[in-house]
Amino acid sequence: MTGDGNYKDMYSKSRRGALPAGTKAPEFTLRSTPDQWLTLSELQGRPLILAFYPADWSPVCGDQMTLYNEMLGEFQEFDAELLGISVDGAWCHAAFAHDRKLHFPLLADFEPKGAVARDYGVYRDKDGVCERALFDLDPEGIIRWSYVSPLGVNPGANGILTALEQLKNEKAAVTT
Amino acid sequence: MTPRFTVPDSKRDHIRGPANAPISLLEYGDYECPFCGQVQPVVREIQRRLGDNLCFAFRHFPLTNVHPHSEHAAEAAEAAAAQGNFWGMHETLFDNQDSLEDVDLAAYAAELGLDEVRLLREVEAHTYAGQVREDFKGGVRAGVNGTPTFFINGARYDGARGLEEMLAALTQEAGYPS
Repeated sequence: MTGDGNYKDMYSKSRRGALPAGTKAPEFTLRSTPDQWLTLSELQGRPLILAFYPADWSPVCGDQMTLYNEMLGEFQEFDAELLGISVDGAWCHAAFAHDRKLHFPLLADFEPKGAVARDYGVYRDKDGVCERALFDLDPEGIIRWSYVSPLGVNPGANGILTALEQLKNEKAAVTT
Repeated sequence: MTPRFTVPDSKRDHIRGPANAPISLLEYGDYECPFCGQVQPVVREIQRRLGDNLCFAFRHFPLTNVHPHSEHAAEAAEAAAAQGNFWGMHETLFDNQDSLEDVDLAAYAAELGLDEVRLLREVEAHTYAGQVREDFKGGVRAGVNGTPTFFINGARYDGARGLEEMLAALTQEAGYPS
């Protein structure tokens, strides 16, 4: 469930806001496993969900990623792919994904630490972790929705689904 | 947030108590989730104390990757409902969270006087998977992000899950003196 007050108080507020809707999503290449890399632009052509989170293993993140893991079928109905991103290393991600039976990639924003999170405006300098932030990208790689949740609060998946639905409706309106 | 995902719907939900009761409590839960198991005695006591003033409903929110038995358990409850005893199976599953293999589900059906062969067949055929998924999706749209999650008269309850706290919230929400 959602974290307690102490957990939230452990963290400072980030200085900058997340990149807003309408912005081109900054390109990145990150490790998806200890021996594989993933480049954002290679995934263009379908909607994409970027879920930045503070850390593997922390209770709220666990629940959040567990929830998204159960939602992959729903995301696929929108032809959307989900990527988790934190500053944890690839081996840590591998152990976390194995333990939680996660069926989507976790990317390691590990070296230089938090560089991608900084590009997206969701790095917390003082704490050295990402914000708990969500970005929905359209098939052209434009950010269509972004949201930063309080660190200790699981943002759920309703916002993601609403944004994906809107994207789908817009597309339908264009084709008809 | 769509209200119908946060209040009991007597047309589709399994409800206990009058559908038009002044207080509604909706739980999204998972039969293999230990936190859901822990809170069940509280939920039972709330129902006992509030009686006809409460409409209680349960919807499935199985986290199947972390709880490998939760999906079959949820479908077994639905299969029991098809034979007229959702709540009997519901209680039995929460009382036996560590024994939720298919063979256990069949045994519970037999204990409840249900046709266990039919129940097991329907579970294996995923006859009620659609219903369980509909519950889950509704929960996601309602803002459920873990289990158990409660809604009191349509508003998510994020407070402590003790009897006193929940009773206070329930009676306060409905404008009742606690």
